[in-house]
Parts: sequence; structure tokens; C-alpha cells
Amino acid sequence: MTTTEPRIMPMGMAINEAMDVALGLDEKVFLLGEDIAEPSGGVYKITKGLSTKYGTERVRKTPISEAAIIGAAVGAAIAGYKPVAEIMIMDFIGVCLDQITNHAAKIRYMSGGQTTVPMVIRTSAGAGRGFGAQHSELLEAFAVHSPGMKVVIPSNPADAKGLLISSIFDADPVLFVEPMLMYWDPAYAGEVPAGDYRVPLGKANTVVEGKDVSLISYGRQVHTCKQAAEALAAEGISAEVIDLRSIVPCDEAAVMASVTKTKRAVVVHEAVTRCGFGAELSSRIHEELFGTLAAPVQRVGGKNIPIPYASNLEKAFLPQVGDVVAAVKRTNK
Amino acid sequence: MATTNRPDAPDRDALLRMFEIQQKIKTADERFRAMLTSGQVQLIYYSPRGQECISAGYAVHLRPDDYVVTIYRGLHDHIAKGVPMRELWAEFLGRGTGTCKGKGGPMHVTHPASGLMVTTGIVGAGIPIANGFGLAAQLSGTDQVTVVNFGDGASNIGAFHEGLNMAAVWKLPVIFVCQNNLYGEHTPMAMSTGVEYISERAASYGMPGVTVNGNDPVAMWKVAGEAVARARAGEGPTLIEARTYRFWGHLMGDAMEYMPKEERKAAMAADPLPAFRAWLLENGHANESQLAEIEDKIKALVDDAVDFAMNSPEPPMDELYTDVYEEIIK
Ligand SMILES: Cc1ncc(C[n+]2csc(CCOP(=O)(O)OP(=O)(O)O)c2C)c(N)n1
Ligand SMILES: [Mg+2]
Repeated sequence: MTTTEPRIMPMGMAINEAMDVALGLDEKVFLLGEDIAEPSGGVYKITKGLSTKYGTERVRKTPISEAAIIGAAVGAAIAGYKPVAEIMIMDFIGVCLDQITNHAAKIRYMSGGQTTVPMVIRTSAGAGRGFGAQHSELLEAFAVHSPGMKVVIPSNPADAKGLLISSIFDADPVLFVEPMLMYWDPAYAGEVPAGDYRVPLGKANTVVEGKDVSLISYGRQVHTCKQAAEALAAEGISAEVIDLRSIVPCDEAAVMASVTKTKRAVVVHEAVTRCGFGAELSSRIHEELFGTLAAPVQRVGGKNIPIPYASNLEKAFLPQVGDVVAAVKRTNK
Repeated sequence: MATTNRPDAPDRDALLRMFEIQQKIKTADERFRAMLTSGQVQLIYYSPRGQECISAGYAVHLRPDDYVVTIYRGLHDHIAKGVPMRELWAEFLGRGTGTCKGKGGPMHVTHPASGLMVTTGIVGAGIPIANGFGLAAQLSGTDQVTVVNFGDGASNIGAFHEGLNMAAVWKLPVIFVCQNNLYGEHTPMAMSTGVEYISERAASYGMPGVTVNGNDPVAMWKVAGEAVARARAGEGPTLIEARTYRFWGHLMGDAMEYMPKEERKAAMAADPLPAFRAWLLENGHANESQLAEIEDKIKALVDDAVDFAMNSPEPPMDELYTDVYEEIIK
């Protein structure tokens, strides 16, 4: 028997590997986006090496034209390709919103199922890097509000790889949000299975088992929840942490099962709290489990402000472990 | 159209095909307007009447596997690309037998079997998508071309500029057909557009641009043919500005106060289709009984499509949640 080294890598490398695998598996897969080809390999180096390996036809640099990028992906997807379009930073998505919400999302329905749009929009997002209000925001709620779009936000390298390969081969358009802070930070590195590793969309992951309260999250805030669970454990409160992985489709069955058990829930995300996905999920839990709940569902999210630049203010914008712990306490009154 | 014969005219077969397409568009349009006016049907209807020569002029150069993208004012393009009349009518009337099962409607007619890939209600948005079809053909190494239609107003939206630049940079096999009917909704072109000819804009993207009389079937056929040939040969995109006029304003019910009465009267008096018909006869490309036969056949085709659509059921309620995703996600 041979033993191999565990494949520990940062999320950025896992995402690169996912695209490498998909490009190798299917000639119909191609990438397009600003600066993604060599020698730069993308501003965050996520597509490093891919244009050398697969050529600049399939890993193609585009003009700085977000609407044209997404439009080209939509058309090519209808024509049988599986484009992976990169929008450098999520805040730029407003520039191509029409192509996403009116076209990618609606075309299957408007055509009565005759045409479909199997494409992925990869984008990086997240505060905590001092980039200010226009380069830091999580904007996934708009896509959740656009039937036809799927929305995936991974929390660790293995999921990032597995979910991205699944997204690329999904029959529908997927908005794939990559937490920028996790790209190359070794603190978030993890083991990643080799080869064609897939994680299905719509299957939540119970990261920590517990019995007193359910912390439901996705993306980088799953880590905030894990730390909160540790802090709570020290106080004798057993918290369950659920990583949704995708919010459309959302594994409501897993959420409801967990909350049925714990009777308490806190939904945590980085996007601003007001009208965030937490509002939707909290509402769904109340609709389904009102009678069983020991306390109202709590939400923890970004503050309802543009993201500030100064690091103390930026930190205050972001959900902190203490905010999650405090929210759990509110369910325990 | 001039009454003299023209050495640059296409062969008789192409001429008659163009005539047939235009006659189909005119007949269908007249029926829609009659049914709307009489209250038989209710729908938002953007008449393409007056512009049908443009669609016929490019469509005769296309193969079934070429792609067309169009806009809410798209009936002429749908018919020209060969979307079946029955399913087209049923879609306009919101019936389950429509091209899109009644879920798209006139603004979103889609029929990939005919190569009619996207109809959008968003001004200019079809342009970047057409590039995607062009890119797919280029990557696949086929010689399919894509024709994307839009209005003069659309040449002022960002998607036009992003799209034309990208098409030129990538040398995509896309023909950009600006159907310049001189108005965007209620605003004359001169009040919204900084150039006299929209085709001038092509130069700034590094592609050929040409203005053509879109009401002249021979001229339109020629210009479209050159653009299609260039695209098929891998020589890249062309911007065609086809000048025309919309007889019925922006949409049915438009009071048209913003259109000078004399201007509209003159345009309707110069109706391109009867002029084309007369020219075909005068120059011996067809005789009266041939054209009458085509017209009768088309009348029967439209009668049949109207019957089919009017007698078709609405979409079944169990279609409500289908086609949002491959699987049902509520
Ligand atoms: C992005 C967008 N803005 C505004 C509208 C409303 N609108 C519909 S048609 C139209 C005029 C477009 O004019 P033009 O491009 O010349 O096409 P035409 O209707 O003349 O064929 C406008 C403003 C729209 N549908 N989409
Ligand atoms: Mg116009």
C-alpha cells in the first residue's frame, strides 16, 4: 500500500484546479474575463497557468466590458458551450446586471425550455482588506431574488473545488462567489481531493454537531460560526454549525431538521443584514417551525452601511464572533 | 424603387423569396392590427410594418443553422428566419402551443430549430449575446454567422459599444443590423444621437460600417450579402445601418404626435412592398398570376395560423414552475 501526502492547499489553488479539471474534461468549457490569461493569470492569480495549458482561445482575456463578457457567455452557453466568466470583483456586477437577471436567469423560462444557459459567473468578494466601499461587498441577495440563477458560496478549499466543478457542469447559470480573503491565506488552507471531485449543489454540510442552537451560514462566515461554537462550548452551550454551501438551491431540509432538534437558530452572513439572505431564511424557519421554536430566529450580518475604509470601522462592519455569541444569548433569554 | 431593371439585382429565386417573406410579414401584421383594433385579442404589439424589407434582405443569405437575435419589434425577423407561423401566432397570443409554450410572449419569441435564438425586450441587450453565438461558431470552427437586429436608439446604450468593440477585437462572425426607423420610442434620432449616420460609429471599433436604404430590397440584399460573406469567411463583423420607417409608431395605440404627419404620409406612400411588387412585374421577374398565387398562399397560411392560435388552449397550470431550472426549485 502506498501512502500519499495529504493535498493541503489554499482555496485559490483549489479553484484553479477545478477549472483545470473542467477544461481537461470537456472541450466545451472555456474561460473568459479581464486579465485572466498569462503572464498575469488573473489579478488574484486564480487562473495561473491555464492559458498556457489550454491556449488563449479557451482561456481568453476580454476588454473591460462586463456586459459584453456576460453577454458573450450567455450566447455561447445557449449555443452549447459551458462558459466560465469571471467578474473580477463582485461590486462590478451592477455593470452587467441586465445580462444576469434579464437574460441568463430568464432565458430557459422565456423560451419554454428550448434554450438553456449553462454558465458560471465566478466573482470574488469580501471585506477586510481595506479596499473600501466599492471593492468589498457581498451582493448575493440579488441573484437569490432572480429565479433561474443558482448561487454558490464555498467556505473551504475542498468545497470550492467540488462545488465549482459541479457548477460548471450544471445545466443552469450559477453565480459562484469566492471569498477573496480566503484565496491565499494559509489559515484557510485545507485538504483537497485530487481529480474530478464534485460536491453537489443544494447539500448543506453539518460542520459542527450540537444540540442547543443552530448557526446557519455560508462562505467565510462559517469560520466565524465555528469560532463562536467553540466560545459557546466553553459556556456549556452546544452549537450546531451548518454550512449551506449553496443558497439557491438551499438545503432547507437540513436547516429544518437541525432547528427542529435545537429549537433555536441564528443565521449568519457577511452581506448587509437588511434584505440579506438571512431575512429570507429566518422567515422560512418561522413559517415552518414557529410552534417548535424556543425563541425568534436571530440574524447576524454586515451592518447596514457602505463598507468603510478605516480598518477599525471596516472591522465593525463585519460580523464578529462576539456578535454571533450575543445573538445566541438572545435566543436563550 | 426605380422602375428600371438593375444589373446588381439577385436572381429571380432570391427576389421571389424576398417578396414572399415581405408579404408574409405584411399579411401577419395587418391581421394582428385588425384583431387588436376589433378587440378580438389584446396584447402589446410593436408593429414592424415598413421595415420588412430589411429582414427579407438579410434572411435570404442565411442558412437554417445561422443565428438571428432580435428585439420586441421582432415579428418581421421571426418570420424572415422561418419561425413557423402557427407556433408564432400561438406564442403572441399566449397559448400553450406557442414556440415557448406561451411563457415568453411576443417580446421573447425563441425557436432554435429555425435559428431564432433570442428575442429581448431590453434595448441593446441582444448585441453582447450575439457575440456569444459568434464566439461559439468561431470556437467550433463552423462557418455559421449571427445576425443581430436592434434599433437606432439602441446604438446609444453601453451594450452596443461594448459589444461592437468585442466583436471587432475577436473578429466574430456577427452582422450588426441597426434598423434605423428614425425614432426611439417618442424621440427622433437627431435628438438622441451625436452622429448623422450610425454606421460612422463602426470606424471607432475598427469594423466596416455601411448605411443602406433599408427600404430598397436590392440594395439591402447586396449589403447584407457582403456582410454575411465576410463573416462566413472569418473576416469579422460588419455594422449595417438600414434606414427605414415604422408606419405605426412605437406600439399599437401610439398617438404619434411626435411624428410629423407629412413625414409619415410620405413614408407610407412610398411603402416598399407594393413598390417592390410593381418592380418585379415591370422587369419581368414575375407575372401577376405568380405573385397573386404567393399572396393567396400566404393569406391561407396566416388564416390557418390564426385559427390554430385562437383554438389553442392556454398553457396548463403545471407549466408554472417548469423551465425555471432543469429541476423544479421553488
Ligand atoms: C434598457 C432599456 N431602456 C429603455 C427601454 C424602453 N424602450 C423600449 S423600446 C425603446 C426605444 C428603442 O428605440 P430603437 O432602439 O430605435 O428601436 P425601435 O423601437 O425604434 O425599433 C425604449 C426606450 C427598454 N426596453 N430597455
Ligand atoms: Mg428606432
